[in-house]
Amino acid sequence: MILVFAEQRDGVLKKASKEAVSEGKRLSSKLAVPVAAVLMGKGADQAVDEVKKFGPDKVFVTEGASLDQYSADGFAEATANIAKEQNATVILFPATTMGVDVAPRVAAQLEAGLVSDITGLEVANGKLVATKPVYSGKAVATVNFKSDIQMVTLRSNVFPLEENPSDPEVLKVDASGISPKGVAVSTELKEGGKVELAEAAIVISGGRGMKGPENFPLIEEVATLLGGAVGASRAAVDAGWIDHSYQVGQTGKVVSPTVYIACGISGAIQHIAGMGSSKFIIAINKDEDAPIFSVSSLGIVGDLFKVVPALTEELKKLG
Amino acid sequence: MNFLVFVKQVPDTETKIQIAGDGKSIVEDGVNFIVSPYDEIAIEEALLQKEALGGEITVATMGPNRGEAALRTALAMGCDKAVHLEDDAFEGADSYATAKALAAVVKKLNPDLIFLGKQGVGTDNTQVGQMVAEMAGLGHIGMCVKLEIDGDKIRGEREIEGGRETIEVSLPAVVVAQKGLNEPRYPALRGIMQAKRKPIEKLTVADLGLSADEVGAAGSKTEFARLEMPPAREAGKKLEVEPEVAAKEIVAFLKNEAKAL
Repeated sequence: MILVFAEQRDGVLKKASKEAVSEGKRLSSKLAVPVAAVLMGKGADQAVDEVKKFGPDKVFVTEGASLDQYSADGFAEATANIAKEQNATVILFPATTMGVDVAPRVAAQLEAGLVSDITGLEVANGKLVATKPVYSGKAVATVNFKSDIQMVTLRSNVFPLEENPSDPEVLKVDASGISPKGVAVSTELKEGGKVELAEAAIVISGGRGMKGPENFPLIEEVATLLGGAVGASRAAVDAGWIDHSYQVGQTGKVVSPTVYIACGISGAIQHIAGMGSSKFIIAINKDEDAPIFSVSSLGIVGDLFKVVPALTEELKKLG
Repeated sequence: MNFLVFVKQVPDTETKIQIAGDGKSIVEDGVNFIVSPYDEIAIEEALLQKEALGGEITVATMGPNRGEAALRTALAMGCDKAVHLEDDAFEGADSYATAKALAAVVKKLNPDLIFLGKQGVGTDNTQVGQMVAEMAGLGHIGMCVKLEIDGDKIRGEREIEGGRETIEVSLPAVVVAQKGLNEPRYPALRGIMQAKRKPIEKLTVADLGLSADEVGAAGSKTEFARLEMPPAREAGKKLEVEPEVAAKEIVAFLKNEAKAL
């Protein structure tokens, strides 16, 4: 069986989870084994209907107050228990902050190989072969598994989401015997409605050329109009203009949106490492020799303080 | 309080990567090796907590002889002593086999609090901290950006999509450091001089009570089949036009090429 850890929070299934279940379904036909989704945490019940849209053969939902709040070791133990009981040979996780926190513990319990943040998955001779960027995208590794159980975390926005409704058996799993060690005692979410950087289909980032924190609203407006998220280069973060949670690059977040718009970003190697796998890159920069232009699908040589407001006007015209 | 920090020596983040002849590794000649930036944050946090609470910090690394330089850097920053897991049998370890060896160090030293960076820049696996915690039977705080020690409990904030969550766990525990936790200090000259006299204990596979087939390439659950350069991106058109024209071009691109509107 293929297990997919489908992260949900308060009944809302993550987009990255939908991508993971979609990939699980595709693998299921390639390997000719069934695929099951695993839901846990508060609200897991409410996420069942949503997860069914992506074609699992079974859905496991944990029950028991011990797993209401997020716990990496608790969630890992529950996942490993299901994997053992179902003789799972493949376990997929979304490479979300929850997925990357839980998956290594499951792998350690099951003595399974785990490849993180993969961007490609093939089947050869019945075994998985994963591709993942290494050295921050400066190289790509093809990785084989030596273990019987094979685990991966899937990079967001890379594996296509595919609706394929099914009518799976929904099984309750008693998790009351689990006593978590590390437990989430509170969660603080930033103002609602904002699109998460790692999940956004469009990202617009500002760099040194933004000149100061007072100018970030310029790109925030474009992000809102496009339904995208705001990012930043290390230069802008190190200057204290914007919080480091917005940083894209080797020591920040790795994103692969459909469109990445770089404003006033020169394109240092460590920045490219964080956004080089974007499908399309649009760069706006005053310096026509900026390295960012060598990776852009569309380059605009010009003053971002003129181009970005003009872009805002143009987008508003679209309504 | 006894602190243990694990560090990994990695190529400098500015390094231009070249694939070696075996097609599976990188050319190391001329590469400048540094302490992985996230591990510097882990070291700094141990130093800050020691300054507040007292205690001793042991820094440990697994790797070839050159790894000693990483330990000296950590000692110069202020760690008290070092452990170097140096044995041919450790070579070629994936995250699982690495964690196996590090978890054995945890069992041997029995620290109260263990720090690691969230990932070694390079393989970018973000696995070892969580695996060590699991293998050592401890709780952990992942992607930690704020830490508070409160008696025999720790509370840490970790980054999640769209916000933060606070994790509480009893000691002993593992903290996986993320950027934002602190600003690592630079070693002072005095620290560098003192570091030369601080002890580095060498440990082999046998010293850890492990067998050679549990660690290194033999104990790994994954292996690199190939390492390749990423497909080069082709630069598209570059325009130097009036802002209004540029804006129209961008919108047309978003609509027609990217199909994002």
